[in-house]
Amino acid sequence: MHRTFRLTLIGSAALALASGAALAQNKYGPGVTDKEIKIGNTNPYSGPASSYGTIGKAISAYFKMVNEQGGINGRQINFISLDDGYQPPKAKEQVRRLVEKDEVAALFQTLGTPTNSAIHEYMNEAKVPHLFVATGATKWGNPKEFPWTMGFQPTYQTFGRIAAAYILKNHPNAKIGILYQNDDYGKDYLHGLELGLGKDGYKKLVVSAQSYEVTDPTVDSQVVNLKASGADVFYNITIPKFAAQAIRKAHDIGWTQVHLLNDVSGSVSAVLKPAGLDKSQGIITAAYLKDPTDPTWKDDAEFKEWTAWMNKYYPDGDKASSFNVYGFTVAQLMEQTLKQAGNDLTRENIMKQAANLKNFRAKMLLPGIQVNTSPSDFYPVEQMQLQRFEGETWKLFGPIFNADGSTS
Amino acid sequence: MANDAQARREPADVLHFAGLTLRQWRWLWLALGLATAAALPWTVSNFTVFQFTQVLVYAIAILGLNLLTGFNGQFSLGHSAFYAIGAYTAAILMFHLKVPYFWTLPLAGVICLFAGFLFGLPALRLEGLYLALATFALAVATPQLLKYKAVEHWTGGVQGLTLKKPSPPFDLPLSKDQWLYYFTLLVGLLLFWCAWNLVHSRTGRAIQAIRDNPIAARTMGINTAMYKSWTFGVSAFYTGVAGALGAIIIQFVAPDSFTFFLAVLFLVGSVVGGIVSIPGAIFGGIFVTFIPNISEELATQIPGVAEEAAKGLTWTVYGLFLILIIYVAPAGLAGLLRMLLPRFVRR
Amino acid sequence: MDLFIQQVLAGLANGAIYAGVALAVVMIYQAIDHFNFAQGEMAMFSTYIAWAMLNGGLPYWLAFVATVVVSFLGGLALERIVFKPIQNAPALSHVIVFIGLLAIFNSMAGFIWEFTIKPFPSPFPSAPLFGNTLIGTHQVGMIGVTLIMLALIWVFFRYTDTGLAMRAAAANPDSARLVGVRVGWMLALGWGLAAAIGAVAGMLIAPVVFLEPNMMAGILLYGFAGAIVGGANSPAGAVLGGFLVGVIENLLGTFVPWIGNELKLSVALVLIIVVLVVRPSGLMGQRVVSRV
Repeated sequence: MHRTFRLTLIGSAALALASGAALAQNKYGPGVTDKEIKIGNTNPYSGPASSYGTIGKAISAYFKMVNEQGGINGRQINFISLDDGYQPPKAKEQVRRLVEKDEVAALFQTLGTPTNSAIHEYMNEAKVPHLFVATGATKWGNPKEFPWTMGFQPTYQTFGRIAAAYILKNHPNAKIGILYQNDDYGKDYLHGLELGLGKDGYKKLVVSAQSYEVTDPTVDSQVVNLKASGADVFYNITIPKFAAQAIRKAHDIGWTQVHLLNDVSGSVSAVLKPAGLDKSQGIITAAYLKDPTDPTWKDDAEFKEWTAWMNKYYPDGDKASSFNVYGFTVAQLMEQTLKQAGNDLTRENIMKQAANLKNFRAKMLLPGIQVNTSPSDFYPVEQMQLQRFEGETWKLFGPIFNADGSTS
Repeated sequence: MANDAQARREPADVLHFAGLTLRQWRWLWLALGLATAAALPWTVSNFTVFQFTQVLVYAIAILGLNLLTGFNGQFSLGHSAFYAIGAYTAAILMFHLKVPYFWTLPLAGVICLFAGFLFGLPALRLEGLYLALATFALAVATPQLLKYKAVEHWTGGVQGLTLKKPSPPFDLPLSKDQWLYYFTLLVGLLLFWCAWNLVHSRTGRAIQAIRDNPIAARTMGINTAMYKSWTFGVSAFYTGVAGALGAIIIQFVAPDSFTFFLAVLFLVGSVVGGIVSIPGAIFGGIFVTFIPNISEELATQIPGVAEEAAKGLTWTVYGLFLILIIYVAPAGLAGLLRMLLPRFVRR
Repeated sequence: MDLFIQQVLAGLANGAIYAGVALAVVMIYQAIDHFNFAQGEMAMFSTYIAWAMLNGGLPYWLAFVATVVVSFLGGLALERIVFKPIQNAPALSHVIVFIGLLAIFNSMAGFIWEFTIKPFPSPFPSAPLFGNTLIGTHQVGMIGVTLIMLALIWVFFRYTDTGLAMRAAAANPDSARLVGVRVGWMLALGWGLAAAIGAVAGMLIAPVVFLEPNMMAGILLYGFAGAIVGGANSPAGAVLGGFLVGVIENLLGTFVPWIGNELKLSVALVLIIVVLVVRPSGLMGQRVVSRV
C-alpha cells in the first residue's frame, strides 16, 4: 500500500510538472477520461451461436443501470459491443477495431472459444486487459504465458472432475455412456472426466462415447446406441436443445440411468420443461448460478433484485434464460474491478485489480460461492455444487466442490 | 495480341469521353487505383490497413470463383473448402515445419490446383444445380474433416492452430500490418494480372465458349472435359492462395472459420461485385468486408428499437442490402458500371 | 439385430423430417427451376406464427390451418413483391436474394421470439403406439402426414388443370404463355404451395427438434440431400431420398467404426455425390432433355 502510494505521488508529481495540470491524482490509460471508461466486447448477435447474444445485451443493460446510478467512481461506462457472428476472423477484425480505433480500456466477456483463441495472442501482445471471457475452456487461466487474459466461469473440466468424483464415490462400478458435442466445449468436458477418473479408470468405466455435431437435427441415434451399450451412468455434454432431446429420447426408449447433465444445460425452462418435467426426474447437474426459473428462489432477495433489473433495464429480455443471469453476474465482476481501480485507470492497474478480487460476492451466484483471484489464480469462479431435479425444482445437495473435484 | 489490336479497332479505341478513348480511360483508372492502393497504408491507421488487407484476400478468393462460375459457367458453393485447404496448408507448414510464410503460398496454391482438378473430374458429369449441390456437400463436410481424429495431430483439431505474425523483411521501415498489406497487394496484383491474361487468351476464349455453348465448343474441337477440370483447378488455386494469405493475416485457423457460411460469403461477394468480371472481385471483397459492419451500425439507428434489441437486426439490414443491390444492379456492381458508362461516352 | 432395427426406425423418424423438407424443396424446384435457400427459414417462421397463435389460445387444428393459409399467402406475396421485379435477372442473382431472405427471416425470428428453445405441441397422442418404445407416435404420424402430402401433390400435378398448367409454365414458359397459361401467377402459386408445405413440415418437425430460430439450419441441408438423391423433379423421389438419407446416416454412424458420428454426415454427402455422378438425375428423377 505504502509503496503504491509513494509511486503514485512520484508519478503524479512528474505529471504535474510536465503538464502543469491540476488533475494530477488521476492516472488514465487509453479509453478513460474524467467522464467515461470505454469497455469493448464481441458477441455472436448473428449466425449459428446467436442464442448467446442475449448475454451481451444483458451486460449492456447492466451498465445502463450502473450509469443511471452515477457510474463507477463518477465515470460512465461506455460499453461497445460488436457482432462477430461466432467467426474467428470476424472476431479478430472487430477486436482490432475496438482496441485500435475505439481505443477501449479493456475487453470484457468476448464470447466463444474459437473466437477468443483467434485474439488470445493479439491481446497479450497489445497488453490490453482481456477480462472474464465467456467460455469455460481451461486455457484462459494461464497468467504466466498470457498475463492479460482471464476467464470467468468454472472451467468445463471442473464439471468433469466433479462428475468423476461423484461417480467414483456413489457408483464405483458404473458403466458410463457419454454423449458429447464434437468441438472444444465437448472435448474439454470429456477431458475433465478423464482427469477425474484417471486414465485407467476412464478406460475401465466408460463403455461408449457418442459425439454429435451442432448441425445434426437430432441425437436420437446416439441415445439409442448408448442404451445398447449397456451403460448405466449417462454423462450428458450437450447444449440446451440437444440436452432436451436426449432427456426425452432416453426416457421414451426406456433407458433408465444415473443421468449427469452438464451445467450449460441446467435450465429448468429452457431444457427440462421442453423435455418434460416427468422425464427429468432425478437428473443431476452442478451449478454455480441460480436458475431464474427454479421456484426455489422465488422469495430470494437477489432473485427479486435480478427480476426488478430485468423489468426495468432489459424488458425485451427472456426472464427464463439463464444467460441473462450469467450476464448480470459477470458484469458485477467488471464493475467491482473498476471500482477497486479507483482513479488509477491504466490498463496495468485494471488488470492488477482483476487479479485482486477477494471473496467478492456477485449476486445470483449460488449461496456460499465467492469470487477469488490472485496474480497466480486467473479463475474467478471455481466452485460448484451438485443438485438433483425433484418435482419441479433443483434440490442442492452435498458440499461445494472446488475446481479439482475436492470439497472444502 | 498486338497484331490483333492493329488489325481491328476495338470499341474501346473508338468510344470517346472528355477527349480520351475508353482504352485510355481504362489505363487512367488503373493507374489511379494502383496509386491509391500504394498510398493507402500511409494515410490510414493500422487497423484500416488490416481491413483492406482482408479486402484483398477476399478479392483474390472471389476472383477464383469468378473464373469458375462467371467465365466458365460452373457453379460452386464449395469454395470455402479450397480456402480452408489453402489456409491449413499454410498454417501446418508454418506451425509444424517452420516454413517461412511466403513459401506457403505457392504450395497452398498447387495443392489446391490438384484438389480442384480432381474434384472437377467427377463434377464434369454434373450440371448446374447438381454441381451446386455437390460443391455444397464439400463445403459442409470441410469443418468435420478438419477436426477428424486421424488428422488432429496436424490440424490441431477443434482448437485450431495459432501462428506468429510475420515481420517486414530487410529492415523495411514498415509496421507489420503495412508489410502484410503490401505483400498481399503484390500477390494480388500478380494474380489479377494472370487472370486478365488468361481470360483474354485463346484458352480464355475456349473457357468462355464452353460456358456459352458447350456443344458448339465441342464441335470446334475444344476438349471441354479437360478445360472444365483445369478451370476448376485454377479457380481452386486462386482461392487456396487467398486462404493461405487469410491464415497469415489472421494468424489463426480453426474449423469454425471455414463453415458453409464462408462459401456463401464468397458467392455473395462474387455476384454482388459482378461475376463475369475481373475487377468485380475487388468490389466483392469490399462488400463482404464492410457491409456487415455498416449493417450493424445502421441497425442501431432504426428508430423505435432499443439499442440492445437492435443488435439482433443486423442480419435483417444485411439481407435488405443484398436484395436492394440485386434490384439496382442485377449483374453486380461491375455490371452496373458497364451499363452506366455508355451513357456518358460518345463515338 | 435389435440395435439394427432401432437404428433403422430412428433413421426413418429422422428421415420423415428430411422428407417433409425435401418435399417443399422439390415443390419450389418444380415451379421456379432452382432451389430456394430461404425455404428452411420460411418454414421456421411459419412455425413461429403457429406457436404465437397457439400461445394466444387458438385450438391446435385451427392454428394449424390458419398457419398453412397465412404461409401460402405469404409465399405468394413474396413472389409477387420480391421476385417479380427481378424475374429477368440471372439465376445467381436470385440465389443472392434467397440468401438475403434467409438472413432476414432468421434475424427477425430471433428478434421477435428470442432464441430460447420452445416446446411445440404434437397433434398426435403422446402414449406410445401399440405400447412399443421403438418409435414414437408422433414420428409415425409424421411419416403418415408426409405420405398424405405426397399423394395430394401427385394428384394435384397429375389431375388438376392448375397443376398441369404449373408444370407447363415451369417446363416451357413461352409455349405455356401461348396456350393461355398465366406463367407469372403459376410461379407465385408455386411459391405459395411450397411455403404451405414448408409450414406443415415445420409444424411437424418442431415437436421433435424444438422450436428456435436456427432449427432448420442443419435440417435444410439434409432436405436438399434427400431431394437430390431422389431426384429434384420428383416428389416421390424426394420423399424416398429423405428416408434413405436418414436411415443410411444412422447405420453408417453406428456400424462403421471409422466413420462414427463424427464423419457420418461427410460420408452421407460423399454418397450423394456418387449417386449424382452415376445417376445425375437422382434415383427417381427424369432426365431433362434440352434441344440445342
